[in-house]
Amino acid sequence: MGGFESFLFSFFNLKVMATYLPLVAKGFGLTVLLALLIVLCGLALGLALAVLRSFGVRVLNWGIIFVVDLFRALPPLVIIVLLFFGLPAAGITVSGFAATWLSLTLVLMAFAEEIYWAGITAVPKGQWEAARSTGLTFLQTLRLVVLPQALRITIPPLTNRTIAITKGTALGSVVGVAEILGASQSAMSFSANPSALTLGAIAYLILFIPVVAFGRWVETRFAWKR
Amino acid sequence: MPTTPPPIIDARGLWKRFGNLAVLKGVDLSVAERELVFIIGPSGSGKSTLLRCLNRLEEPDDGSIQVDGIELLDPKTDINAVRQRIGMVFQSFNLYPHMTARQNVMLALRKVLGKGKAEASEIAARALDRVGLGERMEHYPAQLSGGQQQRVAIARAIALEPRVMLFDEPTSALDPELVGGVLNVMRELRQDGMTMVVVSHEMAFAKAAADRVVFMADGEKLEEGPPAQIFGEPQHERTRAFIRQIDRH
Repeated sequence: MGGFESFLFSFFNLKVMATYLPLVAKGFGLTVLLALLIVLCGLALGLALAVLRSFGVRVLNWGIIFVVDLFRALPPLVIIVLLFFGLPAAGITVSGFAATWLSLTLVLMAFAEEIYWAGITAVPKGQWEAARSTGLTFLQTLRLVVLPQALRITIPPLTNRTIAITKGTALGSVVGVAEILGASQSAMSFSANPSALTLGAIAYLILFIPVVAFGRWVETRFAWKR
Repeated sequence: MPTTPPPIIDARGLWKRFGNLAVLKGVDLSVAERELVFIIGPSGSGKSTLLRCLNRLEEPDDGSIQVDGIELLDPKTDINAVRQRIGMVFQSFNLYPHMTARQNVMLALRKVLGKGKAEASEIAARALDRVGLGERMEHYPAQLSGGQQQRVAIARAIALEPRVMLFDEPTSALDPELVGGVLNVMRELRQDGMTMVVVSHEMAFAKAAADRVVFMADGEKLEEGPPAQIFGEPQHERTRAFIRQIDRH
């Protein structure tokens, strides 16, 4: 077998790929589910924290800043491992899926909160004053005037951060989640052939290229009409 | 002698400090119905702060402000309800950039006054017509000139049918050729009997349109009177110096 053939046999072995396609496809489904849950919960919690922070209650804001800085500082893998192996010691058993979901949700929440907050503070004070001077309440002003403007400027950084953190679902493989990477690694052990990993890489591309393209579309869609 | 009606705005002894700096030092201001009061003075004199206290965008440290008989500084007062009666126009227009001119005017009509969509749209159209922008209703702020934006901002305020309008340097951010259009709208409001308090450097407009001119310096009201008196025979040395400065330009 020549060098190129050996390369093809190891990384593009169609027979191995075909055998383990169902396993990796199942992992694909799990990754999609995990990613969706992380994105929905992380972005919603991040927005909720940013809105809470805008009320300007000092003690509350210290708490928010502490939590946000904590989850921005810790590597996601450390949080996953801590939750998965640490919580049972406290009498709470969590599945690998739950530990991965919760960890990445908290990380996305923390980064998203900072991005939303930056967006809210970037809206000029005059917008608040104009809206309040017409009798709109604080919450109406936030919801109808400030957030629509803040969200538009946050879309590019938010999209980037969301993609980066969602890719962290691969870390679930460490705590036994059979998502794309976990499934591919199992397949590789069974078949003793890394082609299964190639299959996993392709699965990631199929999943994330549309997400990246969607992010780009959202950015153009929400650009201000000029 | 006819009894004078109670003033629409009656502010007494207003104090405002920013840190150690006293910006308002016990200022009184009373404005009668249909009156146009002009507030002039050097920068830093507290005139904008005074204006911003009148709808509580700035919270005075001491004093009392009655607007239409309602005490603004009473913690029990629903400030959002009172603010409907006080229109405000800002130096930097502050239109909502994500809404068309019409939507800018409609927002408070719908969310504060609770009007239906069709009615709010109708009222907004009329208000924009009144400021000469009937043709530009579906434009976004970025598609309008500064003067047009300021007129939309005026429409946004008058659509709520306020009892009094506050203008905070409404023409200071405008190119000279756009000032006239905004002043014309203000002149028409005046003719329609709107009560107005204006902080501005448009002295020609003050001379022609104001009922009373208030001169402020260092957080105090130094003198007030009809424009002919303030511009013609100012009593106070500071006023004389200020008028001389302005006239040179």
